[in-house]
Amino acid sequence: MSAAAPLIEIRDLKKVYTNAGGEVVALNGISLSIGRGEIYGIIGMSGAGKSTLIRCLNRLDTPTSGTVLIDGQDVLRMDKRTLLQTRRKVSMIFQQFNLLMQRTVAGNVRYPLELAGVPRKQADERVRELLQIVDLGDKHDSYPVQLSGGQRQRVAIARALASDPEVLLCDEATSALDPMTTQSILALLQDINRRLGITIVLITHEMAVIRQVCTRVAILDGGSIAEEGTVDDVFIHTRSVAGKRLFGILANEDEPEENADIPALRVIFDSADIGRPVISSLIRKFQIDVNILAADVKRVGGKQYGQMLIEAPADENLKRQIIDDLTRQGLKVKEVYPK
Amino acid sequence: MSWESIAPLLREGLLETLGMILPASLISYLIGMPLGVLLVITKKDSILPRPKFNAVLGAVVNFLRSIPFVILIAMLFPVTRFVMGTTLGTRASVFPLVISAAPYVARIVESSLLEVDRGVVEAAQAMGSTTWQIIYKVLLPEALPSLINGAANSVTTILAYTAMVSAVGGGGLGATAITKGLNRGRKFYPLMYAASALLVLMVQLINVTGSRLTKRLDHRIR
Repeated sequence: MSAAAPLIEIRDLKKVYTNAGGEVVALNGISLSIGRGEIYGIIGMSGAGKSTLIRCLNRLDTPTSGTVLIDGQDVLRMDKRTLLQTRRKVSMIFQQFNLLMQRTVAGNVRYPLELAGVPRKQADERVRELLQIVDLGDKHDSYPVQLSGGQRQRVAIARALASDPEVLLCDEATSALDPMTTQSILALLQDINRRLGITIVLITHEMAVIRQVCTRVAILDGGSIAEEGTVDDVFIHTRSVAGKRLFGILANEDEPEENADIPALRVIFDSADIGRPVISSLIRKFQIDVNILAADVKRVGGKQYGQMLIEAPADENLKRQIIDDLTRQGLKVKEVYPK
Repeated sequence: MSWESIAPLLREGLLETLGMILPASLISYLIGMPLGVLLVITKKDSILPRPKFNAVLGAVVNFLRSIPFVILIAMLFPVTRFVMGTTLGTRASVFPLVISAAPYVARIVESSLLEVDRGVVEAAQAMGSTTWQIIYKVLLPEALPSLINGAANSVTTILAYTAMVSAVGGGGLGATAITKGLNRGRKFYPLMYAASALLVLMVQLINVTGSRLTKRLDHRIR
């Protein structure tokens, strides 16, 4: 997917914040290449540094060290004038939309055209065109306050497209939207990527977003890249702990156990490769009833991930046998007692 | 006192008051507005960070604001004489009014501009706006309703100051109430009450106009 010369190249990017409590490392040596025409996703838990990373791409945040090349130009070392020009080619949309509340929809979309000095008449024409693209032709004279969240993000997208950008940065662009609206915004982004050939870099904490639109993905954890690759590859052969945890396929063993109000067994499926159903074989083998208290197991790439909480038998001997049996099958079993 | 004798005195006081608040407000805004903008944009995390400059400017503004107005007038006598040629009368009092009101206006403008969502400013930066474009295309228009509301407060404050100017030979409705009313004894109390009532009326008028305008101009209200 990535072209010979990447459109965006990030090399050894570091960002260290200094505050009262000392130094906080937000980015710890990030290197990435993003090809022209890609939809590149960066996913991570909150605090992983993804917001800092995307903000370094247009220098809204200044990294401590490292290099960001966009189309071969060094963003971090260019002078102010060149930076302003570059920012017009690298648009950005935000979680909170960030529209000018005192301007109409058309006024918002016109803003970048005003910056570029486009004559008013020409600008008005372009605004109408852009509003058609985002399907808001009828909201031309509305104010942002009159729009829904999804409509506001569409306005923001139209505004971002006004300067004919090569790159669109999306900073948690769907995180404030409901699932339905998220779908339509993602579809719009995909459409823009295909029709206008705009490279999209998006950060999110939602795996569904990555899965739906991205071609490649990087998993960010604690300011470093835990793994990187095509979306299919990363999802099916998740190698990093951060990735597994993010996709909910790694049982969180430190999970509070107050959901067990009777003695129970926590059965942990950590990439267990089991062909047969574990519970029904337990029932047959030991001639017992198995009471499932809670379960959260997923199959990813033919393997099972997650955990299950089952009621422990009162007979201590039987309990030992069950634990032994499950352990032999490659499962982890922990005894859980009510508090 | 009969109404016939009060009315011309009120009229004279009103004109003098207007003759003070109009130029004083105008000049205070001409000075205070840019200062308010500077106070905002030179903050540490803002669009033109100059923390040292910001601290110095803030200190000067605070210093001028903390001196009681009556004392400021007296302190400024020599400067006023130098700048305005006299220390007496309505014209002369415009100078101390401005010195006192401009820092007040700067703070009012500052607080209005600080209400503008940081994210919107960031979006403007991301679109490649210059500092100047952010000021006149984003900060000021986005804060307009609040700026208008602040202006009503500022003018009200300047109006209150003009009443104090009379204590040092200024004139205006304050002087009408005190020197021509209160100080001349019981017989002239009606003039004092009438002049005070007129001041109250003016404050009401300014505030009602201000809040109506604020509401009408604010597009965040559906």
